[in-house]
Amino acid sequence: MTYVSLTDADREEMLETIGVTSVDELFQDVPRGVRFDRALDLGNPLAEQEIVERLEALAARNTPAGEEISFLGAGVYDHYIPAIVDAILQRGEFLTAYTPYQPELSQGVLQALFEYQTVICELTGMDVSNASGYDGTTVAADACYIAKHATGRTKVVLAESLNPQVRQVVRTYAPGFGLEVVDVLHRDGITDPDELRAAAEGAACVIFQQPNFFGCLEQAPDLAAAANDAGALAVAHVDPISLGVLEAPGAYGCAIAIGEGQGAGNPLSFGGPHYGFLAAREEFTRRMPGRIVGETTDVAGERGYVLTLQTREQHIRREKATSNITTNQTLLALGGLINLCWLGPQGLRELGETCMALAEHAKDRLGVPLVFPGRTTFKEFAIRVGRPAQDVMREARKQGIHPGYPLGRDYEGLDDALLVALTERRTLGDIDALAEVLSA
Amino acid sequence: MKLIFEKSRAGRRAARLPQPANLAPAPELPAGLRRADPPRLPELPENEIVRHFTELTTRNFGIDTGFYPLGSCTMKYNPRVNERVAALPGFRDLHPHQDEDASQGALELMHDLQEMLAEITALDAVSLQPAAGSQGELTGLMLMRAFFADRGEADWRRKVVVADTAHGTNPASVTMAGYELVKVETDPRGNIDLDDLRTKVDEETAGLMLTNPSTLGLFDEHIEEIARMFHEVGGLLYYDGANLNAVCGISRPGDMGFDIVHINLHKTFSQPHGGGGPGGGPIAVRRQLEPYLPVPAVARDGKRFRLDYDRPKSIGKVRAFTGPFGVFVRSYAFILAWGRELKTMSEDAVLNANYLLARLKGAYELPFDRLCMHEFVLSARGLKREHGITALDVAKRLMDYGFHPPTIYFPLIVPEALMIEPTETETKETLDAFADAMLAIAREAAEQPERLKEAPHGRPVQRLDEVKAARRAVVRYRFEEHPDLAAEPAAPAATEAPKGV
Repeated sequence: MTYVSLTDADREEMLETIGVTSVDELFQDVPRGVRFDRALDLGNPLAEQEIVERLEALAARNTPAGEEISFLGAGVYDHYIPAIVDAILQRGEFLTAYTPYQPELSQGVLQALFEYQTVICELTGMDVSNASGYDGTTVAADACYIAKHATGRTKVVLAESLNPQVRQVVRTYAPGFGLEVVDVLHRDGITDPDELRAAAEGAACVIFQQPNFFGCLEQAPDLAAAANDAGALAVAHVDPISLGVLEAPGAYGCAIAIGEGQGAGNPLSFGGPHYGFLAAREEFTRRMPGRIVGETTDVAGERGYVLTLQTREQHIRREKATSNITTNQTLLALGGLINLCWLGPQGLRELGETCMALAEHAKDRLGVPLVFPGRTTFKEFAIRVGRPAQDVMREARKQGIHPGYPLGRDYEGLDDALLVALTERRTLGDIDALAEVLSA
Repeated sequence: MKLIFEKSRAGRRAARLPQPANLAPAPELPAGLRRADPPRLPELPENEIVRHFTELTTRNFGIDTGFYPLGSCTMKYNPRVNERVAALPGFRDLHPHQDEDASQGALELMHDLQEMLAEITALDAVSLQPAAGSQGELTGLMLMRAFFADRGEADWRRKVVVADTAHGTNPASVTMAGYELVKVETDPRGNIDLDDLRTKVDEETAGLMLTNPSTLGLFDEHIEEIARMFHEVGGLLYYDGANLNAVCGISRPGDMGFDIVHINLHKTFSQPHGGGGPGGGPIAVRRQLEPYLPVPAVARDGKRFRLDYDRPKSIGKVRAFTGPFGVFVRSYAFILAWGRELKTMSEDAVLNANYLLARLKGAYELPFDRLCMHEFVLSARGLKREHGITALDVAKRLMDYGFHPPTIYFPLIVPEALMIEPTETETKETLDAFADAMLAIAREAAEQPERLKEAPHGRPVQRLDEVKAARRAVVRYRFEEHPDLAAEPAAPAATEAPKGV
């Protein structure tokens, strides 16, 4: 494959116009001592078909979701993505554009992001959404930064039942932000509102997840109230696919709603790129990180869209910016928008109901004890397999089944536990097959 | 054009979901947890959804549409084969929690890419995890902090030096990392001002963040001395890889003396910019900083690849999993296509930029009269003084000629800046057409300035009122309560904010 666009004749002419005799002369400002004087050790250039063959060979050494019956979830989900998502995202006008700095040439992306922001606000019950964050982990750090500046406090409280990777990322960001991080342990799979209230004293924010990492439904309104009682911002980390059936965080007193958007519109892709969403109540608008699209009018009074509230952002405010984010996840967010428009309000509700129904059916059918019996769950639940989960995984995978995520990786005392995810892509037959390998 | 919500009719739908026979309905959720009011998602048949978004694409401009010389963004051609390989089911449908023995191909790809980036940057170890350039910066600063904390120096090493030509992300990252910002000025040749720098580097300095070539498109001629100055006081050098497209195979950041580098995969290595993202911001470091890199590391044991979480000194995680894998696939394919000839990519990028510069410098002011690297900065200051024509007017008029404008009003030290980066993937004919347009616009500025003030012509919208947008902050559709901004008074105005980078 070659991506060279100049001919030798072009080069000669161009060098003459520039007034130099060789390409090497163009680099005269690069000191001799830092020049690189050999060829990069990157192998022979490959033809397009050779690139495809090489990558096909690598891809063949992976086992994707379609090649086994997979019950893996734990933050990234195998939901169906309609054909129109790819068809639209592969259009070059979207795919190969950059951030819409010049609105007259970018109304397509700008309007689509305005629609995305609206959809995220509708799902979460919030007033303002940014145009996407990196993923469901970094938006949690963003929320902490908003809360720190909004409250002047320097402690953040995380529910232990919040996705472990989200907690890790917050902890990585915390020293730079000058924040102390406190965990509130789960009690049989959910967070106790009284313990959360005590921990939230003097905190900038409290982050909990609904449904939580174990798939259990928290008493989310009580958790939000506990945070609010302590004067801390209540931040809910939510699954967009659940928000046709589960209450919106804005409806139960949260200040900020965040989440991983992947399940709505992005392929698994070994963990990325995906999009994180972050939405808040109106009072936090000017503390939001990242791009925000706003409506306005042109000189003729026509409606149009622009990047707005830019005095928050790094290219203007520099060291006083609300965030350093520049490149975001626009294309993935647009995938989310298209997928959610395709589902519509009825489709989203039915999808949530189907996942829940499949999970309820699986809980009964699998015939193994639940880690947190009696808890209400959404599309995931934790089971005990009575021996090291890794052994069960190994045996099940020999039968073409991935039985779920081993919770012992993140939680003590759960070495015999698997987190089982049910999306609409799993069938009753798949559940029977899992039941069979678990009973073996 | 209507918003998709304005095309919605209750009861219409596109999706039909599977309805497994014999599946009992989900149990009723307790009130309080159950959604009371459904989200007002639009209700349209699939045909209308496709038409809506297709119409939106016709109101957008990408590299596939035309020349896009947005300075410091490296808007090069995005090969379609990269989309094909990223969509291979073995990559696209691979769950990130899949077992290592069932994801060996993905791990090998990442390991290979790490080695390629180490070779290109002349550094020892790579983490692919950061999601974008600015997150790479922040990660790099976290590494500095961890490194100095380990040596017991973190308490007094509080300062990070940043050039006044830097991208806004640099100072923003410094603050987010908990460091104090120290700004250093640019000298009359466009290099870092060494006299100013000497007064600002001492044992309280953690390090320097530098883009080289700078956002002026100039290679710092004193880079060796600068590196020495920081290393002598025990500081570290951070390389902002935004402009790496200029120097691949020509001068490697590690050889220049940098200790930490981030690489923008969406710039130099052709991940499509996607209307604003995704990107990829891997970081490469010297051996002494490797223990602090994010977890997990992609490691190799003979022929087997694995994820290594056992890194006790690691800063932790900066995003989920191992990074934006789909981006890695595309950039890997791109590097395979060039192979050891990658240097030609940078040579042509620099040649294209210098050719455009040579053609334009008579008509626009050139604040630093040197050969440039992969981009250059002109100023419309003269046009403004003589004809009242601003960089914004030039940018808007370029749209009439069918081009995306360059970055404008950046870097901040150049008034009325026009920052032009053609990249290597443009033909001489395209460069000539663009140069002709720029020269025509300079003439028009004198002869018919109103033509520029009214530009662009024939686009879906004319110039938009950015001040109204910021004041009113209508950032979502409000359905029945949506305000009618057209009915409100306007004084259409664009802010002189940087547009690009």
